[in-house]
Amino acid sequence: MNILTNKKVIISLLIVLGIVFPFIIPNLYYLHIMTLAFIWTIAVYGLNLLAGYTGYLSLAHGGFFAIGAYVIGILTVKLEMGFWLSFLLAPLVTMFIGLIIGLFALRTKEHFFAIYTLCVGYIIYLVIDKWEGLTGGVRGLIGIPLPEAIGPISFQSPTAQYYLAFIIFLLVVAVIYRIVHSLTGRTFVAIRNSEDLALSLGISTKRNKLLAFVLSTFFAGLAGAMYAGFIRFIGPEIAYTTITFDLLTYMIVGGIGTFAGPIVGTFLIVIISQNLQFLQDYRMLIFGPLLTLLIIFSPRGIVGFIQMQLYQRKRKKQESLAYKNREEETNAGG
Amino acid sequence: MLEVKGLTKRFGGNVAVKSVDYSVQQGKINAIIGPNGAGKSTFFNLITGVHEPTEGTIIYKNQEITRQPANVIAKLGVARTFQSTHLFEMSTVKDNVIVGHRLRTKSNLFDSIFRTKRLKEEEQQCIAKAEESLDFVGLSHVSDQLVTNISQEEKKRVAFALALATDPEIVFLDEPTAGVNPDETDEMANLIQKMSDKGLTICLIEHKMPMIMRLAHHIMVLNYGEKIAEGTPAEIQKNEEVIKAYLGGTVSA
Repeated sequence: MNILTNKKVIISLLIVLGIVFPFIIPNLYYLHIMTLAFIWTIAVYGLNLLAGYTGYLSLAHGGFFAIGAYVIGILTVKLEMGFWLSFLLAPLVTMFIGLIIGLFALRTKEHFFAIYTLCVGYIIYLVIDKWEGLTGGVRGLIGIPLPEAIGPISFQSPTAQYYLAFIIFLLVVAVIYRIVHSLTGRTFVAIRNSEDLALSLGISTKRNKLLAFVLSTFFAGLAGAMYAGFIRFIGPEIAYTTITFDLLTYMIVGGIGTFAGPIVGTFLIVIISQNLQFLQDYRMLIFGPLLTLLIIFSPRGIVGFIQMQLYQRKRKKQESLAYKNREEETNAGG
Repeated sequence: MLEVKGLTKRFGGNVAVKSVDYSVQQGKINAIIGPNGAGKSTFFNLITGVHEPTEGTIIYKNQEITRQPANVIAKLGVARTFQSTHLFEMSTVKDNVIVGHRLRTKSNLFDSIFRTKRLKEEEQQCIAKAEESLDFVGLSHVSDQLVTNISQEEKKRVAFALALATDPEIVFLDEPTAGVNPDETDEMANLIQKMSDKGLTICLIEHKMPMIMRLAHHIMVLNYGEKIAEGTPAEIQKNEEVIKAYLGGTVSA
């Protein structure tokens, strides 16, 4: 097999690249950007599980990201709990809130679901912004502690934080891979295709939709908690809808409903945005048209496009092979 | 095997199905025919749990299933196909069919994340079932093709394979040959016959009369939501009311 299309080779290379990155580019700023990209990717994976694989576009995802961040913030700053316990609790609390919201939100479908969750996301923002007693309001929460050292490993340095994010990122990718490539993932895809068909195949769509929703909030909450632990200051703007739409853009550019999409989309856009920093908000003048073109010509993003090309090449090869065989047969016969 | 009593469905003021008594004969090919808008598809949807009936009861193997949701009914061994196929075009034929056996498996999220022995076994079981079903409908040779690249008739066969993968005892086919050319229609008829020979009970909606008359053992005719006739193909062909319903008013026509 061609070395460039061999999955195992690519994956090992990427992991090695992730490990050696702090050594090749010993620049604290780039390290910071990479760490954030890992965190965003985790959130995008959560969104992709729901919107990409199950077909329910949630626009409350940024809200759940913020819930994760605020839970760890409140537990550590206000209640002075330890970092790791709070870090463990944050995605679980987010998941629980997700469960309750999901029970209501999933009574709607398609556009209505998107609009409903958009409202939910905005309400989450308002609650965080206005409930000063709990969240600190517009001032936010300051002084979220660093993760406590685990034995000899301390998380003081940016490099250590980078590796922490990298390890959690790898774990998340592995877990998502298993979910997507299992009967559970197939069940989600069946629901995305057609809920009527899924029901006729004996699949409880209600239960599986709720599962996908709760899982997506878990990963949003996890990413939020990592963000809070990394930046160590959080304000209500992380619950604002722009975060949701950023995550959505990462997912769509990379490829909605594809496995590698969230990584490709997030890293690509984060890196490009950094390089276009000098354009300030005019960056959107470039992103907007590009995004539109991408959606028109490749609805399944960059990864979807590559997959299609690879598939067609393989098919052509098979066809020409079959043609050749036939020709040889007729030649031999003649 | 499956019995329906006084089945009625009203959509607002519209009566789509009106007090129909019917029983599906076990091991036979049962057909439901009728002009467009006669309520055939609604009748199917009521039995398979897509719609809730307004009145009446549905009994399957001595068990009332009247207001059960579609997924529960499917688990009891009632499979169905739809008029239009709802396959995932960007995925392979086999991948589309594997999920058909999901209802007979128990693996949950935990099994998926930790790839437990149960998950591996059940996955193999689903794959084996998909291969078996595709082989049965004669599609083994395209199982690795994307659905978007196969013909309309092949897509219909994939839908059959999906229904078969659920391990049903009775299969409801909603216009299995709609949009399929005459040659292919004959092949579809052969496939339906083959399913019946395997011991499956079949119940189908069709518009193509020659095919129905050749294939079906028992026919029910619906018109304006009401049962107007029932019997063997020969009986139905001679029934005046059926002729009237189809030809519109005058028997002499």
